[in-house]
Amino acid sequence: MSESNDGSTEPTTPKRVIGTPAPAESGTLLTSGTEVTDVDVVVGPQPGYELDEAGAKKAERIVALFFIIAGLAGLGFMVYFTGWSGRDGGMHGIERAQESNLWLGGLMTLSFLATGIGVTIWVRRLMTSAPIEQERHELSSTREDRDYFTAEAKQGALDSGLTKRPLLRRTLLFAAAPLGLAPLFLLRDLGPLPEKKLRHTYWGEAVRKAKEEGKQGVRIVVDGTNAPLRASDFNSPGGIITVLPEGIEAEHDALTLIAKATTILINIPNEQIKPVKGRENWHVNGIIAYSKVCTHVGCPAALYEQTTHHILCPCHQSTFDATDGAKVIFGPAHRPLPQLPIAVDAEGYLIATADYPEPIGPSFWERG
Amino acid sequence: MTRFTAWRRRPWAGYAVVLAALAAIGVIYAGFSPSTDRAEAAGTQAQAQDLANGKTLFNQNCASCHGLNAQGTKDAKGNDIAPSLIGVGAASVDFQVGTGRMPAMTSGAQVPRKKVVAPFAGVEGKKNIEDLAAFIDSLGGGPAVPAVPADGDVALGGKLFRTNCAQCHNFAGMGGALTGGKYAPDLLETTPTHIYEAMLTGPQAMPVFNDTTLTPKDKAAIIAFITQTRAEPNPGGNGLGRLGPVSEGLAGWIIGIGLLVLAAMWITAKKPKKLKKT
Repeated sequence: MSESNDGSTEPTTPKRVIGTPAPAESGTLLTSGTEVTDVDVVVGPQPGYELDEAGAKKAERIVALFFIIAGLAGLGFMVYFTGWSGRDGGMHGIERAQESNLWLGGLMTLSFLATGIGVTIWVRRLMTSAPIEQERHELSSTREDRDYFTAEAKQGALDSGLTKRPLLRRTLLFAAAPLGLAPLFLLRDLGPLPEKKLRHTYWGEAVRKAKEEGKQGVRIVVDGTNAPLRASDFNSPGGIITVLPEGIEAEHDALTLIAKATTILINIPNEQIKPVKGRENWHVNGIIAYSKVCTHVGCPAALYEQTTHHILCPCHQSTFDATDGAKVIFGPAHRPLPQLPIAVDAEGYLIATADYPEPIGPSFWERG
Repeated sequence: MTRFTAWRRRPWAGYAVVLAALAAIGVIYAGFSPSTDRAEAAGTQAQAQDLANGKTLFNQNCASCHGLNAQGTKDAKGNDIAPSLIGVGAASVDFQVGTGRMPAMTSGAQVPRKKVVAPFAGVEGKKNIEDLAAFIDSLGGGPAVPAVPADGDVALGGKLFRTNCAQCHNFAGMGGALTGGKYAPDLLETTPTHIYEAMLTGPQAMPVFNDTTLTPKDKAAIIAFITQTRAEPNPGGNGLGRLGPVSEGLAGWIIGIGLLVLAAMWITAKKPKKLKKT
């Protein structure tokens, strides 16, 4: 950005580069080779101040003070760590850890902060900032350099016999090809496909086992206590409880199974239920069961307002109407929460009579 | 140039003005927003220590909304203004009045917890709540004030809390938002008896967890988990509401990175200087 670059004596006005100071109104530019003696010449009026010796001395002392504070805090950190923090041979509970965190963190903060403040004051109060000029040269190499490189490359190819010996050339290609193709085969690790695993929950398996034993369905138990529930136990309108199929906790991959089978049981006044067509007998006198897994991205949707009968998902505020087949009334979910068909067995216990009629949870590739 | 003019041309004057304006807005808002501590204290000191006292208290504090026969009142569309209290039971009265929710100041999306005021505050107030509860109970059944079993199983309580309570009240009992201005309150101050009563009666939007679904032993476990969790200190200092990454991220981004940006602007706002020629 100077006249000497292109040999012209005409002063030019180059485009301003982002991050560089604006040129002065006069348009005069710094000429290279000129020793900078006066800042004002370069970029117009600047509200700076001159550094006098007394001020400099004072700033120096302040900076030194901060550096000493930083050093002492650093020493304090080491002393506290070896002396206080480990006294009586350990932490002894969370109160000691709290105290230790406070002191170690505080001293380290002080050490870094005081160093930073010292350096900042140093830069702002003591350093002068003469304008810096940096010449740009052409990005491309010279004609001679490029010609030389081309000649060398050609000579090298000739020397290696790459063109003369096709056997070598082809076997080398063969050696390199698998390395290039190998990453494609690593994609295999994205599999195997879930096949039918996402389509069924443990409710189906548990109902099948119960029916083999001659029962009507599998008992519904409270998640956490595994207590089976009678319809007469869960008899308060406005009630909700998280439930599982009986026996699920004994399975070896229980946590995975529970994550899919988790279900909410809600007690709604019978006359408020608007049953979905074909599901008129899927609830027991107002007791109705829905999957707890949101159909949007699978969060546990179980914020139930007993005044409005809305089920909310805490992640993206999808809202389902528990009285109306868990129909979506707000939010990004597309499908209603799947409903579990329930009934009462001979002893009055709540049972599930089949698996969910559709896959629970969010969409997946093979669901179609 | 006056002193003020000089001051307001300082580089930090802009930040100072913004800060001062924010503070002023906060103070003015606090002054104008209604305080929840000034509930209507209507009662004179009731003397009779029986159902008659309860009925008197009801007539003075509750009947204006719930109706003279506690039958509740409805608006023109048939929606509840105040629900019927027949059959809600003593536990519900003890919870609603004992936490200061009732008598309510206004009917809104949700009646907030507030300071308990006369005639229900203090030792005498406890007796008054009992009398009122006995009167409501006499109108028709409902759950009685429960006795919380001691020595709840904290591990079981944690499991039950996470599956049945945490979705609304947060995993550390810090509360959370619901729809239409409703919210699940935090559980930091709630007494064990009030927690039990809330599960039993399902106040406002909260669902009911009756004793045959979650047994008294299960409820004691949940209460033990809540009281133990809220008593735990925060090893990192300020827990920021124990809401987890949300509040920590908010503080980190807005306060932490905000300060760093300001500091970076200040450090690089360096004026050109030169050495004084001597």
